[in-house]
Amino acid sequence: MNMPKQNKKSALINAVALAVLLAVVAYLGFSRALSSYLVGIFWLSCIGIIMATSLNLTNGFLGQMALGHAGFMLIGSYSSALLSLAMVRAGILAGGGAEQLARFVICLIVSGLLAGLFGILVGIPALRLRGDYLAIITLGFGEIIRVVIQGIPWAGGDGLSQGSASPVLFKTGLGFNNATKSHYMLFVGLVTVACVSAIYTFIRSRFGRAIISIRDDEIASSASGIDITFYKVTTFALSAVFAGIAGSIFAACYSSLNTGNMGFMASVNYFVMVVFGGMGSLTGSIVAAIGLTSLNEALRSFDEYRMLVYSIVLILMMIFRPAGLLGTYEFSLSGTISHLRNRISKNKQEKEAQV
Amino acid sequence: MGSVYALVALGYTMVYGIIRLINFAHGDFIMVGGYTLIFTIPVMLGFGLPAWTAIAFAVIVASSVGVATEAIAYRPVRKHGTRMSALITAIAVSLFLENLAQVLYTSNPRVIRASIFKLPTLQLGNVKIDGTTLATIAIAAVTMVLLQLFIHNTKMGRAMRAVSEDKEASILMGINVNRTITATFAIGSALAAVAALMYCAQYPSVMPTMGSMLGLKAFVAAVLGGIGIMPGAMIGGLTIGLVESLSKAYSASLTKGIITSAFSDAVVFAILIVVLLVKPAGLLGKNFGEKV
Repeated sequence: MNMPKQNKKSALINAVALAVLLAVVAYLGFSRALSSYLVGIFWLSCIGIIMATSLNLTNGFLGQMALGHAGFMLIGSYSSALLSLAMVRAGILAGGGAEQLARFVICLIVSGLLAGLFGILVGIPALRLRGDYLAIITLGFGEIIRVVIQGIPWAGGDGLSQGSASPVLFKTGLGFNNATKSHYMLFVGLVTVACVSAIYTFIRSRFGRAIISIRDDEIASSASGIDITFYKVTTFALSAVFAGIAGSIFAACYSSLNTGNMGFMASVNYFVMVVFGGMGSLTGSIVAAIGLTSLNEALRSFDEYRMLVYSIVLILMMIFRPAGLLGTYEFSLSGTISHLRNRISKNKQEKEAQV
Repeated sequence: MGSVYALVALGYTMVYGIIRLINFAHGDFIMVGGYTLIFTIPVMLGFGLPAWTAIAFAVIVASSVGVATEAIAYRPVRKHGTRMSALITAIAVSLFLENLAQVLYTSNPRVIRASIFKLPTLQLGNVKIDGTTLATIAIAAVTMVLLQLFIHNTKMGRAMRAVSEDKEASILMGINVNRTITATFAIGSALAAVAALMYCAQYPSVMPTMGSMLGLKAFVAAVLGGIGIMPGAMIGGLTIGLVESLSKAYSASLTKGIITSAFSDAVVFAILIVVLLVKPAGLLGKNFGEKV
């Protein structure tokens, strides 16, 4: 590796911090120290983080307003539930333990790829449009996906939806119970970290710089030789891939699937996370995802007032701070450490100067 | 149903034409009108007046909500925000109205017990036409004619057309742009209230989320006809209503039950997608090149 010294150091710091974080998650998960309620919040936060950061890819970095993100999550959750069901029925990797893990991994990958495929299919026509039209057309696609899945007899119709068939998801091998969920905390944490780092490195790459330039000035970047359609569709599809993965985790988190839970309102919910955190800030999305998910759960009893408050905050935010809480700021551990160190040495110097 | 869409689409088109903003909350103005009707119809009946006179209150309430929305939320954002933030504000306003209604009146649908129009059914040979349907179509037609006259023959109407054509130039010509926009919102929401009356005459129940789907479909209608163009909105609305009814009625039998009536929403959105891809300016629209 031919990294500059500074990068090597910060990579090391970040790796250590992540390892510590994951170790804590692993300890909490395997020792089953948390109540099932908190485990549920952890899972939902991870889903929220993946959804919000991937949506931020389209909305914040590409600058195209997409409102159908939950549709891809829906594809991911149903495809992985159905795949798992098929595998269990066929007796492939049907057992518990390592076989279950392997099955989950396969479901994650397949559902991500499938959602990505649909992302390309939706993206090619949709991304020819811009602004308000794009928002409406993605919303339309999200609704179409929902209605179609609801209508297919073996998927949404009565196969996996709520109601009398409620425990059906347990039979598919996904829909983990509380003990399994706690057991899988480390795995879900790892997937989340992997997704976020993938998105982060993507944005920092040549490709990422290209999409940011598209956001800032489409005509100028096309004049500089950037293939706008290709970059837009690829980014959109990539964000769909992550939504599919999040959907797959979602299928493992709940005992039943319901297309109604992943309609327009769900898309808006993740969209609110992105806007709160700041469009163009992954840190913001992560903070907003964790914060809003926990808040949602804590305020269950005020469910009606919750959305009321969100909408008011959203309006106020658009009036007074349209960039979101963090704007485009990214938190960097090594940066913070060096900042602190500079400050300390400065203080020392000042003291020495006084002496 | 088509004429309801047409009226709502008119409101969308007017607002979009003037400030280039998709007013997501427009569908919720219908809901506001609907709830006003729920409370005022019994009062009107108490005074011995026919039920449809309650429309006056619905129009007043919906217009004031529309104007208030414009003044409180849209105007400050428009002043120093981007189009993206304006759109987010519109979504937020829509969420706010829906959830406010949910808190105030719960999410259960409320039923209007009195029939709004007491009209006999018209018999033409084998075809029976419901009196309510006829009244709906008649009201829609009258409203549209009045609107056309207003837009083309009054000072305020001319100001609206001028602002939608070129905002900066109309400021220079001494038009009070903010007042014009407020008037547009007032008229647009009034149209939504009329649409609410017509909707309630057909389906006499009101709930907080009734406006969102209706609004989206009306938006599709506005796009279909060419957004910003008034006759286009009417044609678009009637087309969408027709397509929706037909797809509900015949899709199941044509495809042997594979495509059920639940797909009619998907069909409406599919129309939107096709229109935006084939002729983004809409049926009556003209294409504009982009200035660099």
